[in-house]
Amino acid sequence: MKTRFIEMSVGAFMVLGIVAMVTMALRVSGLSGDTFAETYTVKAYFENLGGLTERAKVSLAGVNIGRVKRIYLDKDRYSAVVEMEINKNIDNLSTDSSAAIMTAGILGEKYIAISVGGEEEFLQNDDWIDDTQSAVILEELIGRFLYNMSNSND
Amino acid sequence: MLKQLQELGHKGTLVIEAMGRAAILLLNSIMWGGPGSAGFKDLVKQIYSVGVQSLIIIVVAGFFVGMVLGLQGYSILVDFGSEAALGVMVSLTLLRELGPVVTALLFAGRAGSALTAEIGLMKATEQLSAMEMMGVDPLKRVVTPRLWAGIISMPILAILFSLVGIWGGAFVAIDLVGIDDGAYWGNMQAAVEYYDDVIKGVFKSLVFGVVVTWIAVYQGYSAVPTSEGISKATTQTVVISSLAVLGLDFVLTAMMLGGL
Repeated sequence: MKTRFIEMSVGAFMVLGIVAMVTMALRVSGLSGDTFAETYTVKAYFENLGGLTERAKVSLAGVNIGRVKRIYLDKDRYSAVVEMEINKNIDNLSTDSSAAIMTAGILGEKYIAISVGGEEEFLQNDDWIDDTQSAVILEELIGRFLYNMSNSND
Repeated sequence: MLKQLQELGHKGTLVIEAMGRAAILLLNSIMWGGPGSAGFKDLVKQIYSVGVQSLIIIVVAGFFVGMVLGLQGYSILVDFGSEAALGVMVSLTLLRELGPVVTALLFAGRAGSALTAEIGLMKATEQLSAMEMMGVDPLKRVVTPRLWAGIISMPILAILFSLVGIWGGAFVAIDLVGIDDGAYWGNMQAAVEYYDDVIKGVFKSLVFGVVVTWIAVYQGYSAVPTSEGISKATTQTVVISSLAVLGLDFVLTAMMLGGL
């Protein structure tokens, strides 16, 4: 009877550990929202990424629809190429959609926001988004502001 | 002057000798098998006494640590108007640092000292010698299941500590100071990475599990077989393994943050 109790409690202990790992995955690290079963890839050129990283979010109307898969430099055009994987369910992004690098909050993480255009045709696998907007670099913004200030003073 | 130098050298060689003995003990006891080796049943029994019986202290400590983190974090973050990041702060602190470290410290006090006392007493009452007389290897019979029980139990205890702590933090944040529960959980889910935070934390606690149990069984196995020697060995277990955990934690954290 005693051994039975010991073995049962050890079994429960093990199960508790596994349940804790799964809870960590789903509830704490939100892993379920990270993985999309099937995706297609869309690419875009950006002048400046300004701290966008791989695995950053791609969102449409604020809802997470994909992730940044790969970032590399196009040597010939001197600009960055961002490959995004988009959830296969979202198959109606028009070909004239635009992509902008945004910041969550003032100092938060960078993500890509997609806004849909009016074209009838939809983006397919390996298509390019032509209309892109680079990240806002705070230093550039301040520099431009100061430049305007000094100009208006003259 | 020369005499003091000699004493220092003597102490140094003793430390190195002890480390060598501990390494040999680990090598000889890490594998199962051999004459009279312990079986699966012994492992289950040891997991019960090392892991299951430490569960209550771990869960209670985790809950209180989480609640304190919630309160302290709130009072710091509210100055910056970013109390929505409280969930991120509580969960990352617990998963990366406090979960593995505090669990290891509690484990050393609760289970490590008990292991040392048990093995030391076996040695003092000559049970270990008796096993050798019967052709049973006491390392395989006594040390191996205890070592593995510690290695298996520690990560489970640490992950439970973190989990309970996060819920403790949620209790304070949502029910006591009134942070929106969507902000608490949502920001946490956005910031916590499964591999970088959860898995690396579990790896840390696995390393701590090996180190703490190893020190505990070595101290017991090499204890002077008197009542005074056993009490000294028990104290040594807690002191050395606490220091080892804190020191190793720095090394591991530096390695993990360095991108390794």
